[in-house]
Amino acid sequence: MKRNVRWMHVLMGAVATVLLLGVCAWAGGDGDVAAQMAEAAGTGGMPWWAWPVILLFFCFILGIIAVLAGVGGGVLYVPLVSGFFPFHLDFVRGAGLLVALAGALAAGPGLLKRNFASLRLALPVALIASSCAIVGAFLGMALPTNIVQLCLGGTIMFIAILLLVSKNTAHPVVTKQDAVGLALGINGAYHDPSTGELVEWKTHRTLPGLLMFIIIGIMAGMFGLGAGWANVPVLNLMMGAPLKVAVGTSKFLLSITDTSAAWVYLNNGCVIPLMAIPSVVGLMLGSFVGVRLLAKAKPAFIRYMVIGVLLFSGGKALLKGLGF
Amino acid sequence: MSEKTKGTASPEQISYANLLFYGCWTGLGIMIVTYLIYVLGLMSPHVSMDHVVQLWSRPVHDYLTQGNVPSGWGWVGLLGKGDFLNFLGIVLLAGLTIVCYIPLIPAYLKKKDPVFAILALAEVLILLVAASGIVGGGAH
Repeated sequence: MKRNVRWMHVLMGAVATVLLLGVCAWAGGDGDVAAQMAEAAGTGGMPWWAWPVILLFFCFILGIIAVLAGVGGGVLYVPLVSGFFPFHLDFVRGAGLLVALAGALAAGPGLLKRNFASLRLALPVALIASSCAIVGAFLGMALPTNIVQLCLGGTIMFIAILLLVSKNTAHPVVTKQDAVGLALGINGAYHDPSTGELVEWKTHRTLPGLLMFIIIGIMAGMFGLGAGWANVPVLNLMMGAPLKVAVGTSKFLLSITDTSAAWVYLNNGCVIPLMAIPSVVGLMLGSFVGVRLLAKAKPAFIRYMVIGVLLFSGGKALLKGLGF
Repeated sequence: MSEKTKGTASPEQISYANLLFYGCWTGLGIMIVTYLIYVLGLMSPHVSMDHVVQLWSRPVHDYLTQGNVPSGWGWVGLLGKGDFLNFLGIVLLAGLTIVCYIPLIPAYLKKKDPVFAILALAEVLILLVAASGIVGGGAH
Protein backbone atom coordinates (compact mmCIF):
# COMPACT_ATOMS: atom_id res chain seq x y z
CA MET A 1 0.00 0.00 0.00
CA LYS A 2 2.84 2.38 0.98
CA ARG A 3 4.61 1.63 -2.28
CA ASN A 4 1.35 2.28 -4.15
CA VAL A 5 0.94 5.69 -2.51
CA ARG A 6 4.56 6.70 -3.23
CA TRP A 7 4.17 5.59 -6.81
CA MET A 8 0.97 7.62 -7.12
CA HIS A 9 2.77 10.74 -5.77
CA VAL A 10 5.49 10.44 -8.40
CA LEU A 11 2.93 9.79 -11.12
CA MET A 12 0.75 12.72 -10.14
CA GLY A 13 3.75 15.06 -9.97
CA ALA A 14 4.84 14.02 -13.42
CA VAL A 15 1.35 14.33 -14.82
CA ALA A 16 0.89 17.83 -13.38
CA THR A 17 4.16 18.94 -14.97
CA VAL A 18 3.13 17.45 -18.28
CA LEU A 19 -0.29 19.04 -18.02
CA LEU A 20 1.19 22.45 -17.34
CA LEU A 21 3.91 22.20 -19.97
CA GLY A 22 1.45 20.82 -22.48
CA VAL A 23 -0.89 23.76 -22.11
CA CYS A 24 1.98 26.29 -22.19
CA ALA A 25 3.64 24.60 -25.17
CA TRP A 26 0.47 24.57 -27.18
CA ALA A 27 -0.22 28.20 -26.42
CA GLY A 28 3.41 29.20 -26.98
CA GLY A 29 3.44 27.55 -30.38
CA ASP A 30 0.44 29.48 -31.51
CA GLY A 31 0.73 32.78 -29.69
CA ASP A 32 -1.02 34.89 -32.29
CA VAL A 33 -4.10 32.74 -32.18
CA ALA A 34 -4.13 32.85 -28.38
CA ALA A 35 -3.81 36.63 -28.36
CA GLN A 36 -6.62 36.99 -30.88
CA MET A 37 -8.77 34.66 -28.82
CA ALA A 38 -8.12 36.65 -25.66
CA GLU A 39 -9.01 39.87 -27.43
CA ALA A 40 -12.21 38.34 -28.73
CA ALA A 41 -13.05 36.90 -25.33
CA GLY A 42 -12.55 40.22 -23.58
CA THR A 43 -10.75 38.72 -20.57
CA GLY A 44 -8.50 41.67 -19.88
CA GLY A 45 -5.84 40.63 -22.40
CA MET A 46 -5.49 37.17 -20.88
CA PRO A 47 -5.29 34.24 -23.30
CA TRP A 48 -7.78 31.42 -22.63
CA TRP A 49 -5.09 29.08 -21.33
CA ALA A 50 -3.99 31.52 -18.63
CA TRP A 51 -7.07 30.85 -16.50
CA PRO A 52 -6.67 27.05 -16.30
CA VAL A 53 -2.95 27.50 -15.52
CA ILE A 54 -3.64 30.09 -12.78
CA LEU A 55 -6.43 27.88 -11.44
CA LEU A 56 -4.13 24.84 -11.33
CA PHE A 57 -1.53 26.74 -9.24
CA PHE A 58 -4.17 28.45 -7.12
CA CYS A 59 -5.86 25.14 -6.30
CA PHE A 60 -2.49 23.51 -5.62
CA ILE A 61 -1.83 26.12 -2.90
CA LEU A 62 -5.42 25.83 -1.71
CA GLY A 63 -4.98 22.05 -1.39
CA ILE A 64 -1.91 22.52 0.84
CA ILE A 65 -3.67 25.09 3.04
CA ALA A 66 -6.85 22.98 3.27
CA VAL A 67 -4.96 19.93 4.57
CA LEU A 68 -2.90 21.98 7.03
CA ALA A 69 -5.99 23.71 8.32
CA GLY A 70 -8.03 20.51 8.50
CA VAL A 71 -10.83 21.74 6.24
CA GLY A 72 -12.12 20.33 2.96
CA GLY A 73 -11.12 21.98 -0.32
CA GLY A 74 -14.66 23.02 -1.31
CA VAL A 75 -15.18 25.35 1.62
CA LEU A 76 -12.18 27.45 0.54
CA TYR A 77 -12.60 26.90 -3.21
CA VAL A 78 -16.18 28.18 -3.68
CA PRO A 79 -15.93 31.56 -1.90
CA LEU A 80 -12.40 32.33 -3.15
CA VAL A 81 -12.86 31.29 -6.78
CA SER A 82 -16.30 32.91 -7.06
CA GLY A 83 -14.89 36.07 -5.50
CA PHE A 84 -11.63 36.44 -7.42
CA PHE A 85 -12.03 34.56 -10.71
CA PRO A 86 -14.25 35.49 -13.67
CA PHE A 87 -16.40 32.34 -13.46
CA HIS A 88 -20.13 32.48 -12.73
CA LEU A 89 -21.23 31.02 -9.40
CA ASP A 90 -23.12 28.21 -11.21
CA PHE A 91 -19.85 26.79 -12.59
CA VAL A 92 -17.87 27.46 -9.42
CA ARG A 93 -20.37 25.43 -7.39
CA GLY A 94 -20.28 22.60 -9.96
CA ALA A 95 -16.46 22.52 -9.89
CA GLY A 96 -16.46 22.97 -6.09
CA LEU A 97 -18.49 19.79 -5.67
CA LEU A 98 -16.17 17.87 -7.98
CA VAL A 99 -13.17 19.18 -6.02
CA ALA A 100 -14.71 18.06 -2.71
CA LEU A 101 -15.82 14.76 -4.25
CA ALA A 102 -12.40 13.89 -5.73
CA GLY A 103 -10.65 14.69 -2.43
CA ALA A 104 -13.09 12.53 -0.48
CA LEU A 105 -12.87 9.63 -2.95
CA ALA A 106 -9.06 9.68 -2.79
CA ALA A 107 -9.02 9.74 1.02
CA GLY A 108 -11.77 7.09 1.40
CA PRO A 109 -9.79 3.84 0.93
CA GLY A 110 -7.14 4.68 3.56
CA LEU A 111 -9.72 5.84 6.08
CA LEU A 112 -11.95 2.78 5.61
CA LYS A 113 -9.07 0.31 5.88
CA ARG A 114 -7.77 1.91 9.10
CA ASN A 115 -11.32 1.90 10.47
CA PHE A 116 -11.19 5.68 10.98
CA ALA A 117 -14.22 5.82 8.66
CA SER A 118 -17.04 3.52 9.69
CA LEU A 119 -19.59 2.19 7.19
CA ARG A 120 -22.00 1.51 10.04
CA LEU A 121 -21.93 5.17 11.04
CA ALA A 122 -21.77 6.50 7.48
CA LEU A 123 -24.60 4.55 5.82
CA PRO A 124 -27.59 5.95 7.76
CA VAL A 125 -26.08 9.46 7.81
CA ALA A 126 -25.25 9.37 4.09
CA LEU A 127 -28.77 8.36 3.11
CA ILE A 128 -30.22 11.44 4.81
CA ALA A 129 -27.48 13.85 3.75
CA SER A 130 -27.36 12.76 0.10
CA SER A 131 -31.16 12.94 -0.34
CA CYS A 132 -31.14 16.43 1.13
CA ALA A 133 -28.13 17.47 -0.96
CA ILE A 134 -30.24 16.85 -4.08
CA VAL A 135 -32.94 19.15 -2.67
CA GLY A 136 -30.24 21.71 -1.80
CA ALA A 137 -28.75 21.56 -5.29
CA PHE A 138 -32.14 22.27 -6.86
CA LEU A 139 -32.78 25.09 -4.40
CA GLY A 140 -29.39 26.60 -5.19
CA MET A 141 -30.07 26.47 -8.91
CA ALA A 142 -33.62 27.79 -8.69
CA LEU A 143 -32.84 30.79 -6.47
CA PRO A 144 -31.48 34.04 -7.95
CA THR A 145 -27.66 34.24 -7.94
CA ASN A 146 -27.51 37.25 -5.60
CA ILE A 147 -29.61 35.45 -2.99
CA VAL A 148 -27.33 32.39 -3.18
CA GLN A 149 -24.28 34.69 -2.93
CA LEU A 150 -25.77 36.33 0.18
CA CYS A 151 -26.55 32.97 1.80
CA LEU A 152 -23.10 31.67 0.83
CA GLY A 153 -21.42 34.72 2.38
CA GLY A 154 -23.42 34.29 5.59
CA THR A 155 -22.65 30.56 5.73
CA ILE A 156 -18.92 31.05 5.13
CA MET A 157 -18.74 33.65 7.90
CA PHE A 158 -20.65 31.29 10.20
CA ILE A 159 -18.15 28.50 9.39
CA ALA A 160 -15.27 30.84 10.26
CA ILE A 161 -16.84 31.60 13.64
CA LEU A 162 -17.58 27.89 14.18
CA LEU A 163 -13.91 27.06 13.51
CA LEU A 164 -12.88 29.78 15.95
CA VAL A 165 -15.07 28.68 18.85
CA SER A 166 -15.63 24.92 18.47
CA LYS A 167 -13.60 22.65 20.70
CA ASN A 168 -13.83 19.06 19.53
CA THR A 169 -13.23 16.24 22.00
CA ALA A 170 -10.79 13.44 21.18
CA HIS A 171 -12.73 10.79 23.10
CA PRO A 172 -16.25 11.92 24.11
CA VAL A 173 -17.74 10.04 27.05
CA VAL A 174 -20.74 7.96 25.98
CA THR A 175 -22.02 6.19 29.07
CA LYS A 176 -25.09 4.59 27.49
CA GLN A 177 -25.90 4.07 23.83
CA ASP A 178 -29.37 5.28 22.81
CA ALA A 179 -32.05 3.00 21.32
CA VAL A 180 -31.59 4.13 17.69
CA GLY A 181 -27.81 3.73 17.82
CA LEU A 182 -28.23 0.34 19.46
CA ALA A 183 -30.82 -0.84 16.93
CA LEU A 184 -28.61 0.19 14.01
CA GLY A 185 -25.51 -1.27 15.67
CA ILE A 186 -23.59 1.98 15.27
CA ASN A 187 -20.40 1.17 17.15
CA GLY A 188 -16.88 0.08 16.38
CA ALA A 189 -13.25 0.05 17.38
CA TYR A 190 -9.95 1.19 15.91
CA HIS A 191 -6.28 1.04 16.76
CA ASP A 192 -4.92 4.49 17.62
CA PRO A 193 -1.37 4.53 16.18
CA SER A 194 -0.35 7.48 18.40
CA THR A 195 -1.07 5.58 21.64
CA GLY A 196 -1.12 1.97 20.40
CA GLU A 197 -4.46 1.51 22.15
CA LEU A 198 -7.64 -0.12 20.91
CA VAL A 199 -10.34 2.55 21.10
CA GLU A 200 -13.92 1.28 21.28
CA TRP A 201 -16.77 3.66 20.57
CA LYS A 202 -20.55 3.90 20.34
CA THR A 203 -22.98 6.75 19.70
CA HIS A 204 -25.59 8.57 21.74
CA ARG A 205 -28.17 11.21 20.69
CA THR A 206 -28.26 9.31 17.39
CA LEU A 207 -31.69 10.48 16.20
CA PRO A 208 -31.11 14.25 16.73
CA GLY A 209 -27.66 13.79 15.16
CA LEU A 210 -29.17 12.11 12.09
CA LEU A 211 -31.77 14.89 11.79
CA MET A 212 -28.99 17.52 11.74
CA PHE A 213 -27.81 15.98 8.47
CA ILE A 214 -31.00 17.23 6.78
CA ILE A 215 -29.69 20.80 7.16
CA ILE A 216 -26.09 19.82 6.40
CA GLY A 217 -27.12 18.00 3.20
CA ILE A 218 -29.20 20.94 1.96
CA MET A 219 -26.32 23.38 2.56
CA ALA A 220 -23.77 21.10 0.86
CA GLY A 221 -25.94 20.83 -2.24
CA MET A 222 -27.01 24.45 -2.30
CA PHE A 223 -23.55 26.01 -2.12
CA GLY A 224 -21.44 23.27 -3.70
CA LEU A 225 -19.41 22.92 -0.51
CA GLY A 226 -18.10 19.77 1.05
CA ALA A 227 -19.69 19.83 4.49
CA GLY A 228 -16.85 18.50 6.64
CA TRP A 229 -16.96 21.67 8.76
CA ALA A 230 -20.48 20.68 9.87
CA ASN A 231 -20.15 16.87 9.82
CA VAL A 232 -17.33 16.72 12.35
CA PRO A 233 -18.97 18.70 15.20
CA VAL A 234 -22.25 16.76 14.81
CA LEU A 235 -20.57 13.34 14.74
CA ASN A 236 -18.11 14.22 17.51
CA LEU A 237 -19.80 16.63 19.90
CA MET A 238 -23.41 15.60 19.38
CA MET A 239 -23.30 11.87 18.62
CA GLY A 240 -20.18 11.10 20.66
CA ALA A 241 -17.97 9.51 18.00
CA PRO A 242 -14.23 9.82 18.78
CA LEU A 243 -12.59 12.71 16.91
CA LYS A 244 -10.59 10.43 14.59
CA VAL A 245 -13.72 8.48 13.65
CA ALA A 246 -15.70 11.73 13.24
CA VAL A 247 -13.05 13.28 10.95
CA GLY A 248 -12.53 10.05 8.97
CA THR A 249 -16.22 9.26 8.57
CA SER A 250 -16.96 12.90 7.69
CA LYS A 251 -14.39 12.86 4.88
CA PHE A 252 -15.76 9.56 3.60
CA LEU A 253 -19.34 10.88 3.87
CA LEU A 254 -18.47 13.71 1.50
CA SER A 255 -17.84 11.15 -1.24
CA ILE A 256 -21.49 10.08 -0.95
CA THR A 257 -23.22 13.39 -0.20
CA ASP A 258 -21.32 15.28 -2.90
CA THR A 259 -21.99 12.53 -5.45
CA SER A 260 -25.73 13.16 -5.35
CA ALA A 261 -25.37 16.95 -5.62
CA ALA A 262 -22.63 16.66 -8.26
CA TRP A 263 -24.98 14.73 -10.54
CA VAL A 264 -27.57 17.51 -10.31
CA TYR A 265 -24.99 20.13 -11.32
CA LEU A 266 -23.61 17.82 -14.02
CA ASN A 267 -27.05 17.16 -15.52
CA ASN A 268 -27.79 20.89 -15.54
CA GLY A 269 -24.65 21.75 -17.52
CA CYS A 270 -22.81 23.42 -14.61
CA VAL A 271 -19.52 21.63 -15.24
CA ILE A 272 -17.12 23.27 -17.70
CA PRO A 273 -14.15 20.89 -18.10
CA LEU A 274 -11.71 23.70 -19.04
CA MET A 275 -11.96 25.13 -15.49
CA ALA A 276 -13.21 22.13 -13.46
CA ILE A 277 -10.38 19.69 -14.22
CA PRO A 278 -7.42 21.97 -13.34
CA SER A 279 -9.28 22.71 -10.10
CA VAL A 280 -9.63 19.03 -9.21
CA VAL A 281 -6.05 18.10 -10.21
CA GLY A 282 -4.49 21.16 -8.54
CA LEU A 283 -6.31 20.57 -5.29
CA MET A 284 -5.48 16.89 -5.18
CA LEU A 285 -1.79 17.53 -5.81
CA GLY A 286 -1.81 20.25 -3.15
CA SER A 287 -3.43 17.82 -0.71
CA PHE A 288 -0.61 15.30 -1.22
CA VAL A 289 2.01 17.96 -0.54
CA GLY A 290 -0.02 19.28 2.39
CA VAL A 291 -0.06 15.86 4.05
CA ARG A 292 3.77 15.76 3.84
CA LEU A 293 4.06 19.29 5.29
CA LEU A 294 1.63 18.50 8.08
CA ALA A 295 4.32 17.23 10.44
CA LYS A 296 6.37 20.45 10.18
CA ALA A 297 3.56 23.01 10.05
CA LYS A 298 2.27 25.11 12.92
CA PRO A 299 -1.42 24.21 12.88
CA ALA A 300 -2.57 27.06 15.14
CA PHE A 301 -1.14 29.72 12.80
CA ILE A 302 -2.66 28.08 9.72
CA ARG A 303 -5.99 27.66 11.46
CA TYR A 304 -6.14 31.39 12.22
CA MET A 305 -5.00 32.20 8.69
CA VAL A 306 -7.84 30.10 7.23
CA ILE A 307 -10.35 31.71 9.57
CA GLY A 308 -9.12 35.10 8.31
CA VAL A 309 -9.40 33.98 4.68
CA LEU A 310 -12.91 32.63 5.26
CA LEU A 311 -14.05 35.87 6.94
CA PHE A 312 -12.60 37.86 4.05
CA SER A 313 -14.07 35.68 1.28
CA GLY A 314 -17.40 35.38 3.12
CA GLY A 315 -17.52 39.17 3.37
CA LYS A 316 -16.74 39.47 -0.33
CA ALA A 317 -19.54 37.01 -1.21
CA LEU A 318 -21.94 39.04 0.97
CA LEU A 319 -20.97 42.27 -0.78
CA LYS A 320 -21.30 40.60 -4.20
CA GLY A 321 -24.76 39.37 -3.21
CA LEU A 322 -25.70 42.92 -2.19
CA GLY A 323 -24.58 44.15 -5.60
CA PHE A 324 -21.34 45.94 -4.58
CA MET B 1 -12.05 -12.86 17.85
CA SER B 2 -14.58 -10.36 16.37
CA GLU B 3 -13.71 -7.37 14.16
CA LYS B 4 -14.64 -5.08 17.03
CA THR B 5 -12.30 -6.64 19.56
CA LYS B 6 -9.49 -6.59 17.01
CA GLY B 7 -10.25 -3.05 15.84
CA THR B 8 -10.08 -4.11 12.21
CA ALA B 9 -12.38 -3.11 9.39
CA SER B 10 -15.18 -5.49 8.34
CA PRO B 11 -14.75 -7.48 5.08
CA GLU B 12 -17.42 -5.41 3.28
CA GLN B 13 -15.63 -2.21 4.35
CA ILE B 14 -12.32 -3.54 2.98
CA SER B 15 -13.98 -4.52 -0.33
CA TYR B 16 -15.52 -1.04 -0.57
CA ALA B 17 -12.10 0.55 0.09
CA ASN B 18 -10.38 -1.55 -2.60
CA LEU B 19 -13.01 -0.78 -5.22
CA LEU B 20 -12.81 2.92 -4.33
CA PHE B 21 -9.02 2.97 -4.55
CA TYR B 22 -8.79 1.54 -8.07
CA GLY B 23 -11.86 3.38 -9.36
CA CYS B 24 -10.69 6.74 -8.04
CA TRP B 25 -7.22 6.60 -9.57
CA THR B 26 -8.57 5.25 -12.86
CA GLY B 27 -11.04 8.15 -12.99
CA LEU B 28 -8.35 10.74 -12.26
CA GLY B 29 -6.04 9.16 -14.84
CA ILE B 30 -8.75 9.28 -17.51
CA MET B 31 -9.55 12.86 -16.51
CA ILE B 32 -5.95 14.00 -17.02
CA VAL B 33 -5.48 12.18 -20.34
CA THR B 34 -8.75 13.49 -21.81
CA TYR B 35 -7.95 17.02 -20.59
CA LEU B 36 -4.59 16.92 -22.37
CA ILE B 37 -6.30 15.70 -25.56
CA TYR B 38 -8.69 18.64 -25.22
CA VAL B 39 -6.28 21.50 -24.45
CA LEU B 40 -3.61 20.29 -26.89
CA GLY B 41 -6.25 20.46 -29.61
CA LEU B 42 -5.93 16.78 -30.57
CA MET B 43 -9.73 16.67 -30.84
CA SER B 44 -11.75 19.72 -31.79
CA PRO B 45 -14.11 21.01 -29.06
CA HIS B 46 -17.87 21.45 -29.39
CA VAL B 47 -17.64 24.93 -27.84
CA SER B 48 -14.51 26.78 -28.98
CA MET B 49 -12.02 27.98 -26.36
CA ASP B 50 -12.72 31.67 -26.98
CA HIS B 51 -16.45 31.08 -26.67
CA VAL B 52 -16.09 29.11 -23.39
CA VAL B 53 -14.08 31.98 -21.93
CA GLN B 54 -16.89 34.36 -22.82
CA LEU B 55 -19.62 32.10 -21.48
CA TRP B 56 -18.12 30.93 -18.20
CA SER B 57 -18.76 34.29 -16.57
CA ARG B 58 -22.46 34.11 -17.48
CA PRO B 59 -25.25 32.01 -15.89
CA VAL B 60 -25.48 28.36 -16.92
CA HIS B 61 -28.62 29.05 -18.99
CA ASP B 62 -26.60 31.33 -21.32
CA TYR B 63 -23.85 28.71 -21.57
CA LEU B 64 -26.37 26.04 -22.59
CA THR B 65 -28.26 28.14 -25.12
CA GLN B 66 -25.45 30.20 -26.67
CA GLY B 67 -22.94 27.35 -26.63
CA ASN B 68 -25.58 24.89 -27.92
CA VAL B 69 -24.63 22.61 -25.02
CA PRO B 70 -26.96 19.72 -24.16
CA SER B 71 -28.04 19.13 -20.56
CA GLY B 72 -28.60 15.76 -18.86
CA TRP B 73 -26.93 12.83 -20.61
CA GLY B 74 -26.80 14.69 -23.94
CA TRP B 75 -23.00 14.83 -23.59
CA VAL B 76 -22.82 11.14 -24.57
CA GLY B 77 -23.66 12.09 -28.14
CA LEU B 78 -20.76 14.56 -28.16
CA LEU B 79 -18.01 12.24 -26.91
CA GLY B 80 -16.22 12.73 -30.20
CA LYS B 81 -15.58 16.35 -29.23
CA GLY B 82 -12.54 17.29 -27.11
CA ASP B 83 -14.47 19.17 -24.41
CA PHE B 84 -17.14 16.50 -23.92
CA LEU B 85 -14.61 13.68 -23.93
CA ASN B 86 -13.63 15.02 -20.49
CA PHE B 87 -16.97 13.86 -19.12
CA LEU B 88 -15.75 10.25 -19.21
CA GLY B 89 -13.43 10.78 -16.22
CA ILE B 90 -15.83 13.13 -14.44
CA VAL B 91 -18.72 10.68 -14.75
CA LEU B 92 -16.56 7.78 -13.60
CA LEU B 93 -15.73 9.71 -10.41
CA ALA B 94 -19.35 10.79 -9.94
CA GLY B 95 -20.60 7.22 -10.46
CA LEU B 96 -18.00 5.47 -8.34
CA THR B 97 -19.98 5.59 -5.10
CA ILE B 98 -22.91 3.85 -6.80
CA VAL B 99 -20.59 1.08 -8.04
CA CYS B 100 -19.05 0.68 -4.56
CA TYR B 101 -22.46 0.53 -2.85
CA ILE B 102 -23.93 -2.28 -4.99
CA PRO B 103 -21.80 -5.13 -3.49
CA LEU B 104 -22.81 -3.97 -0.01
CA ILE B 105 -26.39 -5.14 -0.58
CA PRO B 106 -25.64 -8.89 -0.95
CA ALA B 107 -22.85 -8.61 1.66
CA TYR B 108 -25.25 -7.31 4.33
CA LEU B 109 -27.95 -9.81 3.33
CA LYS B 110 -25.38 -12.60 3.76
CA LYS B 111 -24.58 -11.24 7.23
CA LYS B 112 -28.33 -11.32 8.01
CA ASP B 113 -28.36 -7.56 8.40
CA PRO B 114 -31.44 -6.60 6.35
CA VAL B 115 -31.62 -3.03 7.73
CA PHE B 116 -28.22 -2.11 6.32
CA ALA B 117 -28.97 -3.96 3.07
CA ILE B 118 -32.09 -1.78 2.70
CA LEU B 119 -30.08 1.37 3.57
CA ALA B 120 -27.53 0.48 0.89
CA LEU B 121 -30.26 -0.26 -1.67
CA ALA B 122 -32.04 3.03 -0.88
CA GLU B 123 -28.77 4.94 -1.32
CA VAL B 124 -28.14 3.30 -4.69
CA LEU B 125 -31.67 4.22 -5.82
CA ILE B 126 -31.28 7.84 -4.65
CA LEU B 127 -27.94 8.24 -6.41
CA LEU B 128 -29.35 6.61 -9.56
CA VAL B 129 -32.28 9.04 -9.54
CA ALA B 130 -29.85 11.97 -9.15
CA ALA B 131 -27.65 10.60 -11.95
CA SER B 132 -30.55 9.88 -14.30
CA GLY B 133 -31.58 13.52 -14.45
CA ILE B 134 -35.23 12.41 -14.01
CA VAL B 135 -35.76 15.12 -11.40
CA GLY B 136 -35.65 18.32 -13.43
CA GLY B 137 -33.53 21.31 -12.46
CA GLY B 138 -34.42 24.95 -12.15
CA ALA B 139 -31.18 26.29 -13.53
CA HIS B 140 -31.14 30.06 -13.94
